[in-house]
Amino acid sequence: MHLSAEDFQAIVLTLQLASVTTVLLLLLATPVAWWLAHTRSAWRSPVASLVALPLVLPPTVLGFYLLVALGPHGPIGEFTQWAGWGTLAFSFWGLVLGSVVYSLPFAVQPLVNAFEAMGPRPMEVAATLRANTWDAFFTVAVPLAKPGFVMAAMLSFAHTVGEFGVVLMIGGNIPDQTRVVSTQIYGHVEAMEYAQAHGLAGVMLVFSFVVLLGLSWFNRRPNRHAHRHQKAGA
Amino acid sequence: MKLRLFLALTSAMYCLTTQAGEVAVAVAANFSAPMQKIAKAFEQDTGHKAQLAFGATGKFYAQIKNGAPFSVLLAADDETPARLEQEGWAIAGTRFTYAVGRLALWSKQPNFVDEKGEILRSNRFEKLAIADPKLAPFGVAAMEVIQRMGVQPNVMPKIVQGDSIGQTYQFVSTENAQLGFVALSQISIDGRITQGSAWVVPQSLYTPLKQDAVLLKAGKDNAAALALLKYLQSDAAKTIIRGYGYAL
Repeated sequence: MHLSAEDFQAIVLTLQLASVTTVLLLLLATPVAWWLAHTRSAWRSPVASLVALPLVLPPTVLGFYLLVALGPHGPIGEFTQWAGWGTLAFSFWGLVLGSVVYSLPFAVQPLVNAFEAMGPRPMEVAATLRANTWDAFFTVAVPLAKPGFVMAAMLSFAHTVGEFGVVLMIGGNIPDQTRVVSTQIYGHVEAMEYAQAHGLAGVMLVFSFVVLLGLSWFNRRPNRHAHRHQKAGA
Repeated sequence: MKLRLFLALTSAMYCLTTQAGEVAVAVAANFSAPMQKIAKAFEQDTGHKAQLAFGATGKFYAQIKNGAPFSVLLAADDETPARLEQEGWAIAGTRFTYAVGRLALWSKQPNFVDEKGEILRSNRFEKLAIADPKLAPFGVAAMEVIQRMGVQPNVMPKIVQGDSIGQTYQFVSTENAQLGFVALSQISIDGRITQGSAWVVPQSLYTPLKQDAVLLKAGKDNAAALALLKYLQSDAAKTIIRGYGYAL
């Protein structure tokens, strides 16, 4: 199996993109999921539906609208130009933005499930022990919802590694900036370089399998641990 | 007498049904607009129906080699049909050039691109979109123009690549790239540029973008496929093709 320097570049860039996207998604999805799990507002269903919307559009179509929105006359483009960042299409941070939108449902949903499964009790008990809300959130809710966080991180990461249509549409195929593994494999296939495509696809599959396997083991252990805690608490 | 009339009628109907066949055609994406028009005229003139699928030539190549039931391929290049013929997936001796693509440097801004493409030497643009030279013949032609003009140092850091000429067009039409090398057929109707400003690149600056058609194995005995290949070389079809900015 011969991977070229460009293939390696694409692998490194993909890992960077997936990592940055996962971190940003967890930061963004946690408050959204917390709100969705606890609110009784009439806005709950509309917001939940809005968050799930990226699942509906085909990725290339989503990518096309992102391209329009990022452009100099699009709403995001006008904002980024006003902020002095120029336009984001064809840049790493443009891809990050696209990936966050694209993978949002995969981060929010497991967290909503985890927060809902926890129920209101643990937070109430923490409050009676005079823990303030933030304290209770980080010392009680986060450990209890850990499987949800792991699942959210796993899905966001995997989904971003496998992302193709959005990157294709807003990336511009620039080495070291926007040329990720999926578009590189696609390029090999389209150029009829099947041997190189097989090599890179093989590496990507094996790597992803190992990461997912590791995370799922990691997820099972603390799960039992948290369960014991819960019993001890009850 | 009645019987004879009946026989004559049924045999006439039989002839009509066998004559009006169907042909599945794989069409290069850059040729989709003219081909739709040609297919309509073809159906009116011959009674045959052409079913069109649009896409990237490389993708069609992979599909045809894996048994896709296309009878005719209208490729975006002349290499793919030759390769299919060599590998036994196309019928030898049926290849011909149905259109020659023309390259244009285009911007959505009016009065932005000058008549000699001198803008490529300036710093008045941040991004130049081209089709990926690895995937699309229009990308190869764009790189040739850049090299022959000697503007690599200025242009190369500004290049963004679309995976097809269609995507390259999107980059420029959404103004995420201020400039781009696109197909003249994408931006002109009846020889006039529809919006923005453009430089129609002289054909001396790049290798001719020959687009070849070929009869595929699946269409060997298909009368409609043979009729379509013939129709593509007719004056009626050529007029349509030229109208979309292709040379012939």
